[in-house]
Amino acid sequence: MSISIEEVKKIAQLARIKLTPSEEKRHAGTISTILDFVAVLNEVDTEGVEPTAQVTGLEDVVRDDVVQVCDYKKQLLAAMPSINVNLLKVPAVFSDSEDVI
Amino acid sequence: MLFDFMNLNELTIKEAQAGLRNKEFTAVELTQACLDRIKERNNELNAFITVCEESALKEAKIADEMLAQGKSLALTGIPFSVKDAICTASVRSTGAAKILDNYTPPYDATVIKKIREQGGVLVGKNNCDAFGHGASNENSMYGPVKNPYNLDKVAGGSSGGSAAAVADNMCIFAIAEDTGGSIRQPASFCGVVGLRPSYGRNSRFGIMPMASSFDTVGPMTKTVEDMAIVMQVIAGNDHLDATTVPEPVPDYNDELNKDLTGLRVGVPQEYFEAEGMDKEVRQIIEKQIKNLEKQGAEIFYVSLPMTKYAIAVYYILVPCEVSSNFGRLDGIRYGVRSEAKDLFGVYSKSRAQGFPEEVKRRILIGTYALSAGYYDAYYKKAQQVRTLIRLDFDRVFSDVDILITPTSPSAAFGLGEKSSDPIQLYLADIFVSPAASAGIPAISVPAGETKSGLPVGLQIMGSRMSEGLIMRVANNIKK
Repeated sequence: MSISIEEVKKIAQLARIKLTPSEEKRHAGTISTILDFVAVLNEVDTEGVEPTAQVTGLEDVVRDDVVQVCDYKKQLLAAMPSINVNLLKVPAVFSDSEDVI
Repeated sequence: MLFDFMNLNELTIKEAQAGLRNKEFTAVELTQACLDRIKERNNELNAFITVCEESALKEAKIADEMLAQGKSLALTGIPFSVKDAICTASVRSTGAAKILDNYTPPYDATVIKKIREQGGVLVGKNNCDAFGHGASNENSMYGPVKNPYNLDKVAGGSSGGSAAAVADNMCIFAIAEDTGGSIRQPASFCGVVGLRPSYGRNSRFGIMPMASSFDTVGPMTKTVEDMAIVMQVIAGNDHLDATTVPEPVPDYNDELNKDLTGLRVGVPQEYFEAEGMDKEVRQIIEKQIKNLEKQGAEIFYVSLPMTKYAIAVYYILVPCEVSSNFGRLDGIRYGVRSEAKDLFGVYSKSRAQGFPEEVKRRILIGTYALSAGYYDAYYKKAQQVRTLIRLDFDRVFSDVDILITPTSPSAAFGLGEKSSDPIQLYLADIFVSPAASAGIPAISVPAGETKSGLPVGLQIMGSRMSEGLIMRVANNIKK
């Protein structure tokens, strides 16, 4: 299974990672090799086998809905890349950029 | 006991506890010995990204006050270090990736909170493969960690910094994280004890998530006795991690003291016949199996036919979970935000500059495998084979109590030797990945050394929640 540079560009855009042309080329190569490698799973007969999403067997884990102290306001603000008084500053969400899909 | 004050850092937890309680030295002296060792060796080994000299000495002083009042808890005054992908309150936690270069968590991970409550002294944060992506510690954005036994060799990964720090006596023990082998493989390469607990045994709250259905947190220690001490402190249910199980935590030290008579040991053939299996490693493990037989264990040769598919399962499911989990790392709410003309640019540039190549590769693979049209072929198929791997273990654990294998097909490999070929590096986890898929506990314990002086680890796997049993067997492995 090989993946083209065009496909890498498309996935990188979906994954929000800007790649350089040389990275695109390199990832197309290594990802193709990895997809070939994992194709070994096609040998395995999985007809009727349930998929495993978790291993504990726990279901519907709940706890009492009680308000707890979470006094981290100062530290959370300090960890933000850009703030205005007590608010997180974010870039504008809407733009005319052609990059946006 | 007479202590050479220059070498307090070489003590085990058990020895250090005795020395502190008997007032043969202070927690400040013990902590200073570790800090001195870090200063002396870290330039060479690169095992630490952050060293907390000031706060560590402050914590040690508090421990000394506690000890003076006769108030000694399980880890009072014991210096430890923590993998940098685990959150520590007020101490920078980068995950070894530049996107969190300036990140200081507001809270401690539950396991760290528990250790601090028992008096542990945090000396620093260990280098690792960025967010746990790797098996050689060469995927850190803060440079590779070197193996204390041979500076031209890797320390293993992803918790290479923690393994090197324990092996080189820069701390008394360490807390690390194992998604697909990240504790056990570096423990093997650096000659220390490393435990991956059953998934659900230890809380993962405050761990930077990599692949949530695989991630576990465990200790790295100098001895199995120390492992039991740390596990006793950190194991158990946590309401902040809904995947932790309600089963009570047994007394692990009690478990260590039982003998091995009648123990049924399974030796899975697939692990010994694997491609790239080093002859010397194989001989060391086979010799240890014979020793267990002499101690009263019964040996059974068993088969786990799904073993050869474990790496392929892992490298589909993990990238899928990574691509989803890493959506949070976008430079918006915390971490490093790159400047760009629009929102898309901020995301894509922050992530481009903040992640190393392997993290990008896994996000890309996961995004691809989860995209429309590929889901059944990759994600669902891998989840189905994961079921078969689990059933393999379930079947074999009805016949034997534990399984013994090498932790890694070889001793530590050379720096740069596998870094250009992702598949070669993925295959380094061939023996540690299956337990991760099944969610069972597994421990790596030093079993010997190669002729060239590199440590070789032996892996013991058990059924879910059998940490006590596998530690007991590990305690009977003598180098």
